[in-house]
Amino acid sequence: MSLKAHPSTNPRPRLTCDAVPPRILKTPAEPAALLLPVRFQKWFAGRGWAPREHQLALLEKAREDRSALLIAPTGAGKTLAGFLPTLVELSAQPAERSEGTKKNLVSTGRSVQRSGGLHTLYISPLKALAVDIARNLERPIAEMGLPIKVETRTGDTPVSRRQRQRRYPPDILLTTPEQLALLLSSDDAPFLFSSLRRIVLDELHALVTSKRGDLLSLGLARLWRLAPQVRAIGLSATVAEPDQLARFLVPQPGGNEAAADIVIAGGAAPPQVEMLDTSERLPWAGHSARHALAEVYELIKQNKTTLVFVNTRSQAEMLFQDLWRINEDGLAIALHHGSLDVAQRRKVEEAMSAGRLRGVVCTSSLDLGIDWGDVDLVVNIGAPKGSSRLMQRIGRANHRLDEASRAVLVPANRFEVLECRAAIDAIAENAQDTPPLRTGALDVLAQHVLGRACGEPFLSDELYEEVLTAAPYSNLARQDFDDVVDFVATGGYALKTYERFARIKQDKQGRWRVANPKVRQSYRLNVGTIVEEPMLKVRLVRGRSTGSGSTGPIARGGRVLGEIEEYFIEGLTAGDTFVFGGEVVRYEALAEDQVYVSRANDKDPKVPSYMGGKFPLSTYLAERVRRILDDKRAWNALPEQVRDWLSLQKDVSRVPGVRELLVETFPRGNKHYLICYPFEGRLAHQTLGMLLTRRLERARARPLGFVANEYAVAIWGLGDASSMIRHGELDLDTLFNPDMLGDDLEAWLAESALMKRTFRNCALISGLIERRFTSEDKSRRQVLFSTDLVYDVLRKHQADHVLLRAARADAATGLLDLRRLSDMLMRIQGRITHRELDHVSPLAVPVMLEIGRESVYGEAADELLAEAADELVKEAMS
Amino acid sequence: MAGHRRAEATPFFERLRPAMTENVALSITSTLALDIAGVSLHTDLSGALFWEEQRLLIVSDLHLEKGSSFATRGVLLPPYDTLATLSRLAAVISRHDPRTVIALGDSFHDRTAHERLSAEDRDAVAALQTGRDWIWISGNHDPMLPRDLGGTIADEVAIGPITFRHEPTGAQGEIAGHLHPKARVSARGRSMERRCFASDGMRAVMPAFGAYAGGLSIRDAAFAKIFPKNGFVAHLLGDRRVHAIAASRCY
Repeated sequence: MSLKAHPSTNPRPRLTCDAVPPRILKTPAEPAALLLPVRFQKWFAGRGWAPREHQLALLEKAREDRSALLIAPTGAGKTLAGFLPTLVELSAQPAERSEGTKKNLVSTGRSVQRSGGLHTLYISPLKALAVDIARNLERPIAEMGLPIKVETRTGDTPVSRRQRQRRYPPDILLTTPEQLALLLSSDDAPFLFSSLRRIVLDELHALVTSKRGDLLSLGLARLWRLAPQVRAIGLSATVAEPDQLARFLVPQPGGNEAAADIVIAGGAAPPQVEMLDTSERLPWAGHSARHALAEVYELIKQNKTTLVFVNTRSQAEMLFQDLWRINEDGLAIALHHGSLDVAQRRKVEEAMSAGRLRGVVCTSSLDLGIDWGDVDLVVNIGAPKGSSRLMQRIGRANHRLDEASRAVLVPANRFEVLECRAAIDAIAENAQDTPPLRTGALDVLAQHVLGRACGEPFLSDELYEEVLTAAPYSNLARQDFDDVVDFVATGGYALKTYERFARIKQDKQGRWRVANPKVRQSYRLNVGTIVEEPMLKVRLVRGRSTGSGSTGPIARGGRVLGEIEEYFIEGLTAGDTFVFGGEVVRYEALAEDQVYVSRANDKDPKVPSYMGGKFPLSTYLAERVRRILDDKRAWNALPEQVRDWLSLQKDVSRVPGVRELLVETFPRGNKHYLICYPFEGRLAHQTLGMLLTRRLERARARPLGFVANEYAVAIWGLGDASSMIRHGELDLDTLFNPDMLGDDLEAWLAESALMKRTFRNCALISGLIERRFTSEDKSRRQVLFSTDLVYDVLRKHQADHVLLRAARADAATGLLDLRRLSDMLMRIQGRITHRELDHVSPLAVPVMLEIGRESVYGEAADELLAEAADELVKEAMS
Repeated sequence: MAGHRRAEATPFFERLRPAMTENVALSITSTLALDIAGVSLHTDLSGALFWEEQRLLIVSDLHLEKGSSFATRGVLLPPYDTLATLSRLAAVISRHDPRTVIALGDSFHDRTAHERLSAEDRDAVAALQTGRDWIWISGNHDPMLPRDLGGTIADEVAIGPITFRHEPTGAQGEIAGHLHPKARVSARGRSMERRCFASDGMRAVMPAFGAYAGGLSIRDAAFAKIFPKNGFVAHLLGDRRVHAIAASRCY
């Protein structure tokens, strides 16, 4: 793939509900009477319902023996639509299938002929969702008296029931991608799955964007081999490229593309989205939207139930605390995010479905899943980041299709006003910006290969053919596949010294199988692609006046508030305050995996823990923001404060054009600043800042540091950049030349903590390093060591190793967002406009305000260490 | 533009390139001295100590063949750690040209590690020993040191006021290893962890030299036992120099 030819350089054509590819069926050709058995017709009628068009459409697809992708908003009866073909088929079977015969034919292990496996497999990204769906299915099954057995299988399912499920499978099994991988690696897989008829994949749009989607696709490829008759139904929210998503559901024939049929549920009223018309002064920077607190509170008061979405856990904490400070009416406002104690979260969810809450402050932890009663308003605080994500959130309001969902966007600063405006326009056009389908990751493939060797032995040729049928892997090169198998067997090292330690071995026929039962056990413990951040338990204890970070005199024990990322705690020193569990706490000490905190009386935490949220501004919204900036007429739709801000920028500097990169330089204090505005999101900007700093150092501009936000990068230093540019000592075209992605990038990757984190994830997912141990191996935790050491050694001695290739592929789209950066650098070539200013410009103010708030990234290790050492000197001299 | 065209021909994230050699970073010799019981030693960025007057170089915890040791248990770590460690050792030896080298214990990761050394690695060890005295001090990982790898084998060595042994006892004038000290420094929400020397002027614990040797935080109770009263200083290995920071300031 060349840098220039990458598709995202040009805006991709975006498909909406109105512009759909062929093969789409909106109205079934046959009437309900022919598709739906009498028993079902009566049931619908008895509830005062009529089957929806898309529900019938899926029945018709089933009758035609086609796989289908259903695209529907929340509240469209998606789940029932997905299961209707299964229920109809199973209702026609003789009752003894599920009662009598199965119990006579029992799986007892390898080489026993059996029958009576699963009929339908349902896969969901959330185990809670699987449990919820099981409950929802029980109702029609009971009311129609259907002879159908439904069971769930998740990480929480007791071992005894899991064993029983393998011998006496239910008709419908509801589970997760990880559990599917486990089932496929067992000897029972052929028995369980060979009679499989249907697969229902829920929230497919969410599953396919991650490595879990890769794992699932490989599982599907295996199922297509075990059960060629199986047909899939994918349930998805609206996506940018439905025809690509539809490929995921059917085996890809070599050289060609195949796709499932697409069914689109119509009829949803377009959402009503508006931006909060604040009467307060709009902040220049920050993400808290504290200025609008009273107005948000008023919205909660005026509505029955309001979901308030924020982008990060710490924002949720902060807002929750602030709302309660002004909650004079004592409204029932709750907090929900992924780091809270599970029991706490369940309590909130129960109160929510019972309609006892007026407001819930939440994070993406509530983006997916379970339907909850009557949410009549969604408030989104801060930047929406992407239009599709925002639409899905808005869909959480009002799950009745015919009524419009209502949402209010609350921008937290002036740039976010532009982003909110762009998102509202995108929603009005129903323009989607979900990411394109992934290219399957090699570390996930390695895990799958090991899993396959745990089940029935396989031949490389056959497995390669099978893997190619999975859409994300349809272009996998044979060499990459062979390297992965080699990696699984003996580590894939050029230095062939591990033959005798092989984890999988070939028999005389060339079939691969696991070398010993311990390998199988280790695979089962480590299956899955979700690498959790190392988390620490947070306990509340009584404080003490002086903290030293040691665990000496502090009382152990204390109430558990929840869990927090280890890396966050590592950045703190004892006595620092931060927000957690809805209050400001003081960091006291760290002992093993427990963080001890005490209540702090401070109103504001000392350490702001805004980590920018998980998702950067989408390429699509960024493009729209640039267009709004470039089009003076579009400014009329913006609040007056923002218009004035942009007009002032136009007068003193310049408002950047759509394709242009604006670079400003100016002095301030005793330093010189260089600001650029690529609008490519925080992750790409951090990488850019890192690389620019290196180049400026070489150009003797003596840079000291930089900060990046979603829109801009600000670099400061001792050298006078303005004068250097004026005198031709610094050439901006050279500075921003894409060749920075060559040697500079290589040198930086060698030491980049983000790259090391990326590598660690690959090492864990691929099974190089184990994440979980059997109980007798627990003591081995002590010999666990850092994957950073492995990264350093491997990089020096086998730079083309398959795991480094996997990490590089991740870096292109993940934490370093290299691909987006390279697209940007290509785009702005020859289009850099420089403005030399004598002071800071209006547009630069937001990013300048981040200095000191956000972590500064430009500093090299030695500077940070020297600073710590200096402090010591100061202490000693005072 | 040449650079640009090259980037097009092979995408940057797939392009493979031999990494920078470690020598670049190591060639800047640190001048920070570590005084122990009146003797002044140079801390080398690699984690070695050099005693100028004696022309004595000390390295600790090489943990050779740790990779293959894990491999025997099914964790197939890259088998390049011995090569990496010996290359770094060769660099530091050529930098100081010591008359004597002391390997301060745990030179081999397990009792049979020396049997797994490749012929090339054995040759490399022999080359390093040529023209100088070499002392293997035994450690808990390698209590039975091989007799066929050259050098002298000892439990401990005393030179002047200094005693070299693997496991620290806290005695005055002792230089030991075993604990793999590392320290973390935080500032403004960012933190960094490095290997370090730990010393209070009377005794020192050396960082592990081996490529796969992990670390133990200097805030662990094990260090408090060795440095009894007035605290100690961590000498962190930076990229270009060694930084002395009070242990109480580290994590």
